[in-house]
Amino acid sequence: MNNFTAIFETHHWETEKASIYAKTSADVTRALAAEKRTLEDFKALISPAAVPYLAEMAMISQQLTQKRFGKVIQMYVPLYLSNECKNICTYCGFSFDNKIKRKTLSSMEIMQEVGIIKEMGYDHVLLVTGEDNEHVHVEYFKKVLQLIRPHFAHISMEIQPLDIKEYEELIPYGLNTVLVYQETYHQEDYKKHHPKGKKSNFQYRLETPDRLGRAGIHKMGLGVLIGLEDWRTDSFFTALHLDYLEKTYWQTKYSLSFPRLRPFSGGLEPKVEMSDRDLVQLICAYRLLNQEVELSMSTRESENFRNHIIKLGITSISAGSKTNPGGYAADLESLEQFEISDDRSPQQIADMIKSQGYEPVWKDWDNSLAL
Amino acid sequence: MLTIADKTFSSRLFTGTGKFSSSALMEESILASCSELVTVALKRIDFKNNEQDDILGHLKHPHLHLLPNTSGVRNAREAVYAAQLAREALETNWIKLEIHPDPKYLMPDPIETLKATEALAKLGFIILPYIHADPVLCKRLEDAGTAAVMPLGSPIGSNKGLKTIDFLEIIISQSKVPVIIDAGIGSPSDAAWAMEIGADAVLVNTAIAVSGNPIKMAEAFKLAVAAGRMAYEAKLALPGAQAIASSPLISFLDE
Repeated sequence: MNNFTAIFETHHWETEKASIYAKTSADVTRALAAEKRTLEDFKALISPAAVPYLAEMAMISQQLTQKRFGKVIQMYVPLYLSNECKNICTYCGFSFDNKIKRKTLSSMEIMQEVGIIKEMGYDHVLLVTGEDNEHVHVEYFKKVLQLIRPHFAHISMEIQPLDIKEYEELIPYGLNTVLVYQETYHQEDYKKHHPKGKKSNFQYRLETPDRLGRAGIHKMGLGVLIGLEDWRTDSFFTALHLDYLEKTYWQTKYSLSFPRLRPFSGGLEPKVEMSDRDLVQLICAYRLLNQEVELSMSTRESENFRNHIIKLGITSISAGSKTNPGGYAADLESLEQFEISDDRSPQQIADMIKSQGYEPVWKDWDNSLAL
Repeated sequence: MLTIADKTFSSRLFTGTGKFSSSALMEESILASCSELVTVALKRIDFKNNEQDDILGHLKHPHLHLLPNTSGVRNAREAVYAAQLAREALETNWIKLEIHPDPKYLMPDPIETLKATEALAKLGFIILPYIHADPVLCKRLEDAGTAAVMPLGSPIGSNKGLKTIDFLEIIISQSKVPVIIDAGIGSPSDAAWAMEIGADAVLVNTAIAVSGNPIKMAEAFKLAVAAGRMAYEAKLALPGAQAIASSPLISFLDE
């Protein structure tokens, strides 16, 4: 069966990296002027050669985003169901070898969280877990979806990769979107950061979007964890993956995220630093490559950065997030996955969005539309 | 080189065999075009005298592959039957699927075409369906197992060029199978334009067959298709962009 691995194997990390860093300002100007941009154009736009063109990229990115999405920003919030995890991931607070209190929410605890999230105004929710098939499995997910479906218009999940059949089972329970980040497309580095647990299987993770596509998921989200490896090369591979998926699973919607490695208790220092300027460049480059893809921004980023990024190409933003299970009802910061950087309330974020002439959108789907 | 299913082609110009004033002129024109894939309407072939058939007799050149087409059929059932007939008579599992129930404009029927593609793919055919420039239909055909798609540039025989340009560009940008622009290409400049936007090949018939000098026109199309492809590969120069020193949008980065 066809899947992304076949294409991935024809691209070599070092060759692609060298090709990105060899891009010239002539490549950048051609990419900027093109009506439809190719993956080679994208390489030019994320290359160091594009840095002097950032102002122009920002302008085009804003225009393209407004043309496609309008002056609106979608609001979403994570609901952490569990921090139990059998994987060792060097960068994650939930890593198996990290000595923290483990917790998986019960139905009652979930409903307490739901109550608070609904009060904040949210209608879209992102369910998050670690990977522990003893506590957090398909039957648990079914139970959770059944429980919360009446309360949300759109349910996304960021959970361990599953098999096709399991996704097919969950979709009728109201699962709309699945986020699965490759973390890094650098295979050797991936092994270093994921030494133990099911997640150490690079290929299984790489082919997860294929399984989601075949299962007929409505929307899926891709991304890498920025800081593990050269962000330019990793972002090129993300774009390559997206390009393949869009052509193959053409009825699915796609979103991209670009989380930068954030500190957590006992955490990893980023190997590669990405500056704010770099991140703006990447966001604009994604938009210039792809006018339809949703670009998502979490509370990992600072207040100031998030205020300014609204107009530059992103389409959805989270606010008021807690990254620990039960975090909305009880304030147990010790269990969190990563430190959030912008702790303003959803209402404050909504006001900030409005003050820039944009409309915050709390509901943009209805679960009753998916049969 | 262009690859479709199991065959590779050095020419990206496909030609037709209809509308020429004589079979001899058709043969000379096709040879002048350097085309390696010619489509023949099954309805024109004399199956009883396969060996003496006038059209086929003029197409016996080692570099020429035949692409039988189902022109004249009105639905999927008839198309599948015609394809099987072609496979038997011409010993090729390649089929250009043309289903136009409307005899006036010869507009392809998308629903019957999809049905026939699904059926023929299961029977092991290499299917090249003639269709509207409909991006969703192209993806549906891809899922059904088509070997290529052949969207029209404008109504067949109209010589109006690429009236469907916006849709052709979408099709090309998202297709996983070769895109061959079929129908409506009226001049070598249309063919070059089709190649410049990234089409994998074009199919030209009327514009060659009914021109003042089909042999010369065939050669003109050959050169235009090659030039257009070369331009696509070389990447067209675009109006240049200037670096802007700064903008209020990103001034926060300097704070």
